[in-house]
Amino acid sequence: MTISKLLVANRGEIASRVMRTAREMDIATVAVFSDADVDAPFVRDADEAVQLPGNTPAETYLRADLIVEAAERTGADAVHPGYGFLSENAGFARSCAAAGLTFVGPSPEVIEAMGSKIRAKELMAAAGVPVLPGVTVGEDAELDAAQLSARTAQEIGYPVLVKAAYGGGGRGMRVVREESALLDAVTAARREAAGAFGDGTVFLERFVDSPRHVEVQIFGDTHGTVVHLFERECSIQRRYQKIIEEAPSPAVDEALRAELGEAAVAAGKAIGYVGAGTVEFVLGSDGRFYFLEVNTRLQVEHPVTELVTGLDLVRLQLQVAEGAPLPQEARAATLTGHAVEARLYAEDVAAGFLPATGTVHRFAVPRLPGVRVDAGVADGSAVGVHYDPMLAKVIAHGATRDEACRRLARALAESRVHGVVTNRELLVGILREPGFRAGEADTGYLTRHDPQQLGTAHTDPAARRLHALAAALAGQAGRRQCAPVLATLPSGWRNVPAGPQRAVFSAGGAEIDVRYRFAGDSVEAEVDGERIDGIRLRAAAPDRVEFDVAGVRRTVTVHGRGDEFFVDSPLGATTLTEVPRFPDPDSLTAPGSLLAPMPGTVVRVAAEPGSTVAAGAPVVVLEAMKMEHSVTAPCDGTVDEITVTVGQAVDLGTVLAVVSEYAAVEGAAAQEDAG
Amino acid sequence: MDVTGEPYRRNRAAQLASIQALNEQLDQARAGGGAKYAERHRKRGRLLVRDRIELLLDRDAPFLELSALAAWGTEFTVGASIVTGVGVVSGVECVIIAHDPTVRGGAMNPYTLRKTLRALEIARVNRLPVINLVESGGADLPTQSELFVHAGKIFHDLTELSAMGVPTVALVFGNSTAGGAYVPGMCDYAVLVDRQAKVFLGGPPLVKMATGEDADDEELGGADMHSRVSGLADHFAVDELDCIRIGRQIVAELNWHKLGTGPTEPADAPCYDPEELLGIASADFRVPVDPHEILARVVDGSRFGEYKPLYGTSLVTGWASIHGFPVGVLANARGVLFSEEAKKASEFILLANQTDTPLVFLQNTTGYMVGKAYEQGGIIKDGAKMINAVTNSTVPHVTINIGASFGAGNYGMSGRAYDPRFMFAWANAKLAVMGAQQLAGVLSIVGRQAAEVGGREFDVEADERRRREIEEQIERESHAFFVTARLYDDGVIDPRDTRTVLGMSLSAAHSQTVEGRRGFGVFRM
Repeated sequence: MTISKLLVANRGEIASRVMRTAREMDIATVAVFSDADVDAPFVRDADEAVQLPGNTPAETYLRADLIVEAAERTGADAVHPGYGFLSENAGFARSCAAAGLTFVGPSPEVIEAMGSKIRAKELMAAAGVPVLPGVTVGEDAELDAAQLSARTAQEIGYPVLVKAAYGGGGRGMRVVREESALLDAVTAARREAAGAFGDGTVFLERFVDSPRHVEVQIFGDTHGTVVHLFERECSIQRRYQKIIEEAPSPAVDEALRAELGEAAVAAGKAIGYVGAGTVEFVLGSDGRFYFLEVNTRLQVEHPVTELVTGLDLVRLQLQVAEGAPLPQEARAATLTGHAVEARLYAEDVAAGFLPATGTVHRFAVPRLPGVRVDAGVADGSAVGVHYDPMLAKVIAHGATRDEACRRLARALAESRVHGVVTNRELLVGILREPGFRAGEADTGYLTRHDPQQLGTAHTDPAARRLHALAAALAGQAGRRQCAPVLATLPSGWRNVPAGPQRAVFSAGGAEIDVRYRFAGDSVEAEVDGERIDGIRLRAAAPDRVEFDVAGVRRTVTVHGRGDEFFVDSPLGATTLTEVPRFPDPDSLTAPGSLLAPMPGTVVRVAAEPGSTVAAGAPVVVLEAMKMEHSVTAPCDGTVDEITVTVGQAVDLGTVLAVVSEYAAVEGAAAQEDAG
Repeated sequence: MDVTGEPYRRNRAAQLASIQALNEQLDQARAGGGAKYAERHRKRGRLLVRDRIELLLDRDAPFLELSALAAWGTEFTVGASIVTGVGVVSGVECVIIAHDPTVRGGAMNPYTLRKTLRALEIARVNRLPVINLVESGGADLPTQSELFVHAGKIFHDLTELSAMGVPTVALVFGNSTAGGAYVPGMCDYAVLVDRQAKVFLGGPPLVKMATGEDADDEELGGADMHSRVSGLADHFAVDELDCIRIGRQIVAELNWHKLGTGPTEPADAPCYDPEELLGIASADFRVPVDPHEILARVVDGSRFGEYKPLYGTSLVTGWASIHGFPVGVLANARGVLFSEEAKKASEFILLANQTDTPLVFLQNTTGYMVGKAYEQGGIIKDGAKMINAVTNSTVPHVTINIGASFGAGNYGMSGRAYDPRFMFAWANAKLAVMGAQQLAGVLSIVGRQAAEVGGREFDVEADERRRREIEEQIERESHAFFVTARLYDDGVIDPRDTRTVLGMSLSAAHSQTVEGRRGFGVFRM
């Protein structure tokens, strides 16, 4: 059986990734896309594309029926599910089979067995794979606090990890360290699991402190062969979401590698695994490892395995799906060098990894040797609220771990990512952090290292000031260039000395005040009241400023879009928003207005107009990027107005409600004085 | 040009001293009513006049302030309590006229009036929209006799501009009362700032006196009243920033088009460093300056196509461009103008009018030649030709006094009376009917002759004293600051800014049609 046309039931970078190999194999490609993805790069990468009306995953990428229909309409004979969405949905695999489509992945039965973490564990335990103790709470089970507490204490022991039984990606996961928090955690996990995966079953298990997340890539074919392609380490995580992965693991030596591989192959054989799969283990500091789960799909981080083995996993998937035996190079794979992957997310690290949205005005990663980019975005791509905010994976291969880390850090640092807030600085910070470089990384790494501090290590205030000055000078150059009159005259010239020209930017909530005055080719400048001496301007264009500052030549690139300036130089990247000279009187918001901190949907209104609220009490609850965010009262006060309704989609900065502060009561004031 | 030579260094030192003196006076002008009044004004939440202008102007665009030293050396504050200039607002070159309320409440004195009228004249002849930034307590009453009659011209000019299709805007930040109320009244557009603008003919005390009516400022002339009731205000501004924002918006929506062709030549910088002008400009007007050296540091790419280079060599004429604007240049090479120079100038001016080319006059002249041979050679007729040509030339003239402007040379070289669109002087330039020494000498000779005719004994000692006094007086009165203080030019400039000032002036002139006088052919004289 051969595959001639492949429908990729996914979006973003993985859809493009799968299509790349398909094209190399002369397999025609079909994309499916939601309304929001109409202009996405992966749609353009496909030979044909079918629109799935709507935006939410439930309306689009989770609609097995529409996807099968799309395959039929285009004459596709196989479906690659990518990761996430329907990739581990046995029902979808069955629908494909029923429609005569080859599903690129294991059998529905295997998916089903591994999809239930409980069953998977039972199977693994039976096959002799070490497992962690755990307990399941069914989706329909009545929650009995006492019983739950008792079982948890008896069968697992604290700390306990609570997670959705069906699903992945870290969604709905919680660590509970004491009995009192258990019920709330289970309730919340259940709600999120039901919302995200359509099944509220929750799984509780023993939580290993300071664990490393090590997983083994396995591959099986229809001829009964199951091999492993070595391990990956994915311990650097935030909110249970991997952000840096590598192969091989610095914590695994040859003996342990053999042991892990053996266990993983045993696991695969136990279930007759076919296709690409990943056996996840938790590795304790004592070198002991426990089975976590089997992912019956291609992993996000598969490129690191590809780079160290030289194999194309998607090609192997397609070959296996065609019924071919695993080729010799896969059966006797070898490890060459070291590969590290960083996941570039649209998220605000400083705001607790809040997902970010916007338009990626520019996306460019420098082509350094050994660097691979699997991107889901290109210049002009919109990053919306509906899907995972991962923009791209940047992967570097080197002869040694150190070489790979250095290449990756430099590639990321020199990347241009304009328009959305990303975790780039954090990634670079981690890759340059001595502890990480020494291989000391467990899943608690980002609780020990403050992500914000890691992320700002290479952008000091002096660099920010220079960047703001460069943005001001670039803006100046732009204004001079397009001046309808007197464009060739000296910039800001005065015959009677007047105040300097001024540009005010906001960056991360702070204002940067830049003042500058030209005197020939030198510039007198002051940023935030601090004089920058000895500036010699070599060239100022709207997109590039070259100046000598204190005898050091610097070139800064500036990408201006409207009020926004994206500034990059070897000193780092700064995004600045210029504050207009004249505030728009219409844009003034009433004091006490609660603004949406991100785009999202109103899921709950927690206070009535006219009611009183305490400081910190939730007023409106938004859902964005699968997470709930409470917008709370800034002070004790009265809710004057609720300006949104449940179900309403809101943009960043939308006024949600207006809360007015209580007039200070005398008693309260007196009390405060006494305190 | 030897930039290491002694004359160069001496000139440079003298120029730097003059510029230093100029900057000191400009600082005075900028200080307005002084730190105390500026602070009081700020504490009222108001912007200083120059801050208002800076916000009104397009960012990074140049601004040419006019008559900055008006009233210098008089009893009034340097600058005459008003700031005027040509600047770019929303991409449109405008004349800006802004009261400085820190100087006696922005009250108008005779110099304020002259400066205002000159700015309005510049707007009229160059067709530049006018923006008034109003906050003035009205007339300086002790000098009313010199003011009252002529002040009517302000309102006359504003409405005349409007009739010519030149837009006028009033942004009212504060007092604009009595006669001042007609500024927003006569302008095409008026914007009033809430709780600051006061626009009425008579304030509460005057109304009480006149009719017995009780009324407050807001009822008589507040922004709210004028916006909702009288309709005098077209826009209600919530604060000063809002007012300036609206002013910029008004100009942006004027759909303004300049009538001149605009720059048509490459505007590349001169090949020689303008800094060197300081060493080239003569410290002593009796030492001539080679105009080629100056032009090489002023005109585009130092390109100069000389006209009649071998004839009448005391005056250099030729074609060049400045910031892309084509110009004909007339520059004195050796102070004296002979018949050849006068005829050459006349022909050249006629040629420029044939091709609609603006003229730049670089004055450094001690006048037309005197003496038997020259009178008999018809120097009067030739000088008259030149003055005739200058007078009836209709292309824009921009005149800069780079050293000396004496005698009828001042007239022939398009002095103030010949209505150049703009006129400036370098900081050490002199202007008078003749040099101080010469004038004192003439008076001495006349005195001696009168004594002889009257048979009186000539008191040599008294003559010497008188001669010194006169020389000092004339020296003082021919000083650039004295001249500019009386609005005989539009400002004193740093020689290094010559190219920029000319560029701005020419661009402003191109707001109007640039058209020469035709009818006769070019007379070959």
